[in-house]
Amino acid sequence: MSKHSHREIDPVTGHETTGHDWNGIKELNTPLPKIVIWALILTFVYSVIAWILLPAWPIGRDYTRGLLGLDQSDIALEDYRALATKRQDWLQPFENVDFSALQADDVWQNNALPAAQRLFEDNCAVCHGMQGRGIQGFPVLSDETWLWSGTPEEIAQTIRYGINTDSADTRYAEMPSFNWMERPDRVALAEYVVLLGDGSVKPNAAAATLFSENCAACHGEAGIGGLENGAPALNDSSVIYGQDFSTVMQTLWSGRQGVMPAWTDRLTQAEINLLAFYVSRLGADEKQVAQ
Amino acid sequence: MIATLTVSERQAGLLLSIILAALGLAMAAAARQGVMSVHGFLALGLGVGLAFMLGGAIYDPEPDEDRLRSYYDAPTQFGIVMTLIWAVIAMAVGVWVAALLYWPEATPLWPETSFGRLRPVHTTGIIFGFGGNALIATSFHVLQRTSRARLADSISPWVVLLGYNLFCVWAVTGYLMGSTQSKEYAEAEWYADLWLVVVWVTYFVLYLRTLARRNEPHIYVANWYYLAFILVVAMLHIVNNLALPVRWSSAESFPIWSGVQDAMIQWWYGHNAVAFFLTAGFLGMLYYFLPIRSGRPIWSYRLSIISFWGITFFYIWVGSHHLHYTALPYWAQTLGMTFSVMLLVPSWASAGNAIATLNGAWHKVRDDATLRFMFVAAVFYGLSTFEGSFLAIRPVNSLSHYTDWTVGHVHSGTLGWVAMIVFGAIYTLVPQISGRDAMVSSRAIEWHFWLAVSGTLVYVVAMWNAGITQGLMWRAYDENGALSYSFLQSVQAMAPYYLLRTIGGGLFLAGAVICAWNCWATLRLAHGSAKDRPLLPQPAE
Repeated sequence: MSKHSHREIDPVTGHETTGHDWNGIKELNTPLPKIVIWALILTFVYSVIAWILLPAWPIGRDYTRGLLGLDQSDIALEDYRALATKRQDWLQPFENVDFSALQADDVWQNNALPAAQRLFEDNCAVCHGMQGRGIQGFPVLSDETWLWSGTPEEIAQTIRYGINTDSADTRYAEMPSFNWMERPDRVALAEYVVLLGDGSVKPNAAAATLFSENCAACHGEAGIGGLENGAPALNDSSVIYGQDFSTVMQTLWSGRQGVMPAWTDRLTQAEINLLAFYVSRLGADEKQVAQ
Repeated sequence: MIATLTVSERQAGLLLSIILAALGLAMAAAARQGVMSVHGFLALGLGVGLAFMLGGAIYDPEPDEDRLRSYYDAPTQFGIVMTLIWAVIAMAVGVWVAALLYWPEATPLWPETSFGRLRPVHTTGIIFGFGGNALIATSFHVLQRTSRARLADSISPWVVLLGYNLFCVWAVTGYLMGSTQSKEYAEAEWYADLWLVVVWVTYFVLYLRTLARRNEPHIYVANWYYLAFILVVAMLHIVNNLALPVRWSSAESFPIWSGVQDAMIQWWYGHNAVAFFLTAGFLGMLYYFLPIRSGRPIWSYRLSIISFWGITFFYIWVGSHHLHYTALPYWAQTLGMTFSVMLLVPSWASAGNAIATLNGAWHKVRDDATLRFMFVAAVFYGLSTFEGSFLAIRPVNSLSHYTDWTVGHVHSGTLGWVAMIVFGAIYTLVPQISGRDAMVSSRAIEWHFWLAVSGTLVYVVAMWNAGITQGLMWRAYDENGALSYSFLQSVQAMAPYYLLRTIGGGLFLAGAVICAWNCWATLRLAHGSAKDRPLLPQPAE
């Protein structure tokens, strides 16, 4: 029949082989199944249509623009604007917000607070925890204790410019190192501060004198704090780094200068105010949960 | 190994070992400290070790003249042993880093064991250590059998294998010490890259020389694929790794590419590493071991031609699909997307050709776990190439990109396709080079098969779920135009899938350990060498 008819026929498929043999491997000369050809044509047609409609082939310094005239930056901008418009209603008012008026506006709050929670989780939770409960070395935001103040205005200020940042308006707080102090004095001071924490401080004239000479200027007499200068109260177990003996010794030796970044360039004015409002309520929410 | 070399070959080997040792010493001395110095000492150690081995046995009895009438399998055996060692190490590291994603607090406090340094140890160890050794070892075997010619010389295969493994060790120990170019699948620093070029050119030349001596009129398909793998990987490796060292004595460099050009070159390399390293080479393996094991002819030679040229032509264009919706111009993305779609048919033609080849041998697929490995490999090859073309379509990619779906896709290819065909080839090869009829334990092969299949399925299904969940969570907005989920919520949602992935990987690793044991036991009981048909056509008696 064909000129290859001398070639071996595979009994299973009935197709003839190509006549080659490599270490026992043979090949059948099976013709291309029609479906392969049609499938190839289909993918080619798809591609040609895509090339006609979309930007596709480079020509010199230019490229074929495609009949649809699509541009990915324009599309991205449009999508972004569409979303921004949707947010306009509830986000816009936060730009120059009157926080006290907001406290009473339930509708506004219901619209804004779920978004604020996501904003908090995406930007703040890495250090402060998902519920703002803090982690070792980073402050709890869900209590009533604040280094500066817990009002939304003051929190917004902190978010905007950060703590110990390069910003000109940064909040500034430094616990200096007391490594110049004789070790027995540091030990006495540390023991005193540990006892301040649980309120069981024993009258110890020497340590109390050391405290008022070296610490009270920032932490307040008897460590009651409240000076809003970044120095924590030492009598309400709210110290960020811990108030056990070895931690206090470490703090006295090396000092502390914790940093919170400034968010002015990352978040809009409205988003910062929204976050501030959300954070200011975390303490109250926590209390409600506790009750 | 040394017993297979003649005295003059041993002398040449001794000279090369001394040169390697001297290079290592020079490198260590120039760098004085740090990664490059450690790597110099590693090369020095290898060179001195080899010099002592060769020097000590230099005047031992020579192999008999008959050896030239049979194939040279000692390098293949060494390559298989290295394949198995890398498999166990790199899969174990993979399972460990998978576990760290579920238990991040288990990360030890040393920088050397941080996730960021261990992950490339897994990828390089698996792709280059496990996959690369398997490719080199099987290519030597297949090349000789399908050409009916002995390897062109006895020294270059050792240069290739030892040099290649030195590169792999340099790469992974470099990552542990914090040395990286930060290019995916090309993290090794400039001097290791240069070394690999030398090794790879030796490999290419050896392949061509042997092929030129073939006693068969035609070149078999497997060799087309192996050659495409060797040639294109050389091109990709050189172009992507063009870099200027900071100093000749330090393990730091600047790539000559920058910005979006760098990204494009990187993913042109990255995707074609998948195409020509993880696909073409292993298709060569499939094209030899599947018909050998099943005893069936390749179903269609014509389909092989369409597949081969389709795969080699289309793949080289598709790297830009890794950069959809980025600073890469839209037109380059469209080309990457459309060529990915056109790539589907040639890929499926290969998978279909392999499966149709099994017609008439299905009873063997049922009974023989080794052949079943190859069948499953062909099926997963088809699945993951379909998935690949699908994920390359721009709107689909907008959901899948940056999610664990990509990780799932890669592993459906690497576990389901690449590793399965390697195991199929190993279980065919190891008994043969041991002069035995079968592996020591066929039950162990069954166990390995089911562990590998279930591990792959658990892994891939977990990652599909993980990836689609992530993609949907990231893009969801509520009616007010605010994000419905924070990123951390999407991380929390991953926990069950990351646990499942770790379990799937663990199952797969267990199978590989069984395989390593089975091979060790079989090789230990080796008697004689492979039974092949005579290398040269024998005169009629």
